[in-house]
Amino acid sequence: MATVGLLTASGLVKDFGGLRAVDVEAFTLHEGEIRAVIGPNGAGKTTFVSLLCGRFPPTAGQIAFEGRDITEMPAHKRVALGIAYTFQITSIFSNLTLYDNVALPAQRRVMLDGGGSVARRAMDALERVGLADRAMEQAGAQSYGHQRLLEVAMGLALGPKVLILDEPTQGLADSEIEDFIALIRDVAKETTILLIEHNMPVVMALAEQITVLDQGRVLAEGTPEMIRADAAVQAAYLGG
Amino acid sequence: MMRSVILHGAMIALLIALEPMLSEYHHGNLARILVLATYAVGYNILFGYTGLLSLGHAMFFAAGMYGCALMVRLAEWSVGPAFIVGVVCALVAGLVVGLLALRTIGVGFMIVTLMFAEAAHLTIAYYNEYTRGDEGFTIPQAVRSVAGLDLSDTTTRYFAALTLFSLCLIASAALVQSRAGRVLVAIRENEDRVRMLGFDPFRYKLLALVLSAVMAGAAGAAYAVLFGYAGSTFASVQYSIFPLLWVLLGGPGTTLGPLLGTVLMFYLVDYASGTVMPGLAAFVEGSFGIDAPGLASAYLLLVGIALVLLVLFAPRGVLGVVRARVVPWLP
Repeated sequence: MATVGLLTASGLVKDFGGLRAVDVEAFTLHEGEIRAVIGPNGAGKTTFVSLLCGRFPPTAGQIAFEGRDITEMPAHKRVALGIAYTFQITSIFSNLTLYDNVALPAQRRVMLDGGGSVARRAMDALERVGLADRAMEQAGAQSYGHQRLLEVAMGLALGPKVLILDEPTQGLADSEIEDFIALIRDVAKETTILLIEHNMPVVMALAEQITVLDQGRVLAEGTPEMIRADAAVQAAYLGG
Repeated sequence: MMRSVILHGAMIALLIALEPMLSEYHHGNLARILVLATYAVGYNILFGYTGLLSLGHAMFFAAGMYGCALMVRLAEWSVGPAFIVGVVCALVAGLVVGLLALRTIGVGFMIVTLMFAEAAHLTIAYYNEYTRGDEGFTIPQAVRSVAGLDLSDTTTRYFAALTLFSLCLIASAALVQSRAGRVLVAIRENEDRVRMLGFDPFRYKLLALVLSAVMAGAAGAAYAVLFGYAGSTFASVQYSIFPLLWVLLGGPGTTLGPLLGTVLMFYLVDYASGTVMPGLAAFVEGSFGIDAPGLASAYLLLVGIALVLLVLFAPRGVLGVVRARVVPWLP
């Protein structure tokens, strides 16, 4: 089966004052793939995916999802279409229980579907990341690693078509990273994944395709093997 | 859920049971407190649960009060339909102000609501001919009845106030435990995250603001009907600060906090203006030979001090502390 462009961007530009943070000529995320976006600090990775999910508007360019132009669409409507974003800086509701944290996106999904059980969907999401037995504990009291997992569970509860993960393994212990890789492989069976990641072993373990950003531009794109072999990438990023 | 029904049912039952035991003085006080607590319940939906601090809620209280009282005074409507007009006025005011003010956040929202309320206050003063400004006007006892019930009678008035309060309390408890209520609380905690979970925060904030305004307006209209008076003081900034204070004292984001805060503050002010401040004035005069007639009526000073102390030392209020320490399920 030929893969189709699920989420595409063309001529996408974002300026902050005089600084051109993102300048991506063309980008296509194919349905069913795990795509990693890598690049040095300040390469514009978070800005780029923030444009895709609508956290702020682009200076120029178009974004399309399932062939439909969503450039002008506000973020909450994109989420409703199926683009979920998990935050780089853990952005959970600290004062609420884990259950209430995932009940919110579960409720959104149920509202969109016009039926279903919020409780079941919420518990399913917690189950998948292994936090079900802590459902009634306060989110802010959890370890950092568990908070990162909760963040992912919130994305999963939305039942998205595309899950955008912004540096999900940042701050995790090695043992937690192992489990995390297994979790994402499992999630990827039904969801397209766009992963921003610094940790190269994680990228190499998960990604089918890699997009390398440098100073807001696409420096290289291809399979992990191609990227590893690319001289320009090595010079810019992998440390030559 | 069951615990919540029992808790609120018990509160209402307590207020019913209290009625025959009240002296004439406390009878009037408690009826007034129940109306003002209704106002506070409305304020709490916006401030306590949604996390939006309005400094202009007096305009919604006044919209209800004048919407109702002017229909009685100028159009000679009976108080029942006039009450509904008052509530509708507050609803429209909430919608219009919300559509504009909710474009701002934080301090901007506080300033915009404050300015709207000042404009409303000045408008009431400007149309002095109809509203009689500061001095206000009374609604004659003869017309203050609905369905054959004389609302100026103390017992009837008490139960009318209690009915309104109970309805708003139950509505607020149902709201905050509903799906929409969960979104409101989430907006208070982290609005950006709520947006990225697919909800439009603006719609939910507008819902909270309009519901809040409707309850404030119902309280204002009820005040005019039950106590037979409308005056522009109720549109002043003081009456925007009061509900904030009551809610802060009782516990923002708790269903029963507004009532508790209103009761405590009402009797604190009562005690201060009746005993403490006149005593202080006499002491100052006796000890230092300074005549300070203003001091005797400076009870607002205590209100201000209470507000500062609350924000500094107990931002969660009485029931907020109770929830954190003793009863975690408190709605």
